[in-house]
Amino acid sequence: MSLAVYIFVMAGVTYLIRMVPFTFFRKKIKSRFFRSFLYYIPYAVLSAMTIPAIFYTTHNIYTAVAGTAVAIILAFLEMPLIVVALAASGSAFLIGLFL
Amino acid sequence: MKNNFLRGMSHGIPIFLGYLSVSFGLGILCVNKAGLSVFQASAISATCLTSAGQKAGIDVIAAGGTIIEMILLQLTINIRYSLMALSLSQKLDKSFTTPHRLIASFGITDEIFGVCSAQKKPLVPAYMYGMIFIAAVGWIAGTALGAAAGELLPASVSTAMEIVLYGMFIAIIIPPAKKQHSVLFVVIIAAALSVVFKYCLPFISEGFAIIISAITASVAAALLFPIKDEEATE
Repeated sequence: MSLAVYIFVMAGVTYLIRMVPFTFFRKKIKSRFFRSFLYYIPYAVLSAMTIPAIFYTTHNIYTAVAGTAVAIILAFLEMPLIVVALAASGSAFLIGLFL
Repeated sequence: MKNNFLRGMSHGIPIFLGYLSVSFGLGILCVNKAGLSVFQASAISATCLTSAGQKAGIDVIAAGGTIIEMILLQLTINIRYSLMALSLSQKLDKSFTTPHRLIASFGITDEIFGVCSAQKKPLVPAYMYGMIFIAAVGWIAGTALGAAAGELLPASVSTAMEIVLYGMFIAIIIPPAKKQHSVLFVVIIAAALSVVFKYCLPFISEGFAIIISAITASVAAALLFPIKDEEATE
């Protein structure tokens, strides 16, 4: 199989998944239940994606836990996204130096 | 128009930095595992813009898998984008006409979705284009750099970088969870289900696990804590 075919299929499927609902869904949703569902879905997706995956990111449970803890504390203090993200990485790196 | 583009770009800077580091790892993977060139690795990132999907796609390429396998895998891992697209479609400004939707839908990633859905105002095309532009630059540049120089970077640095985007997710979900019990409920239920899938039902793929966890938590919250009208229009 040529690489171009693989890439074309990957890109095509990924684009259609995004494009079809974004383009063809035009109505404002009236149902209170469905509007509530769509309001909550971003938080649910991000949460399910983060936990437990975040504990496997750094290939070491201690550095991952340190990074996660720092991220949660800074996010709780409502620091900007970039600060939280880089501090998580920085603390995982620093803890890694001592292991 | 121009201001919205710049505003989108500035809101996209954390995404740019996160992508730069994550796609660096993806670039390394393309070269080491699938034997791709710098150009080929960058082409994948430029056309797909999906971290988990690309990682899985590279695995298929490296293993010489079938096209059916590639299609099913991308569908499973990336179907969450359909939910995100649906959710964002409710926040679009009137100026978001069909051509704009066709273009902007290319850039609905986890992070862009996260930042866009946190906006109070309806979304205009230029804002999303600005964010997608800077995010895509980071994604493609990171892949190219990773493919070109991956092995030069010490492992301690590259592994620590993998946590960046998850840190950003935490920064998106914690502040609203602090203020609204309903959001806290959703976050805890979704995380708990995701953990159950990972350790008790490992035969279910990661993509499906995320979808089922997220839908279950959101349905439960929608039944228990239906939103008031002001929240929906935010």
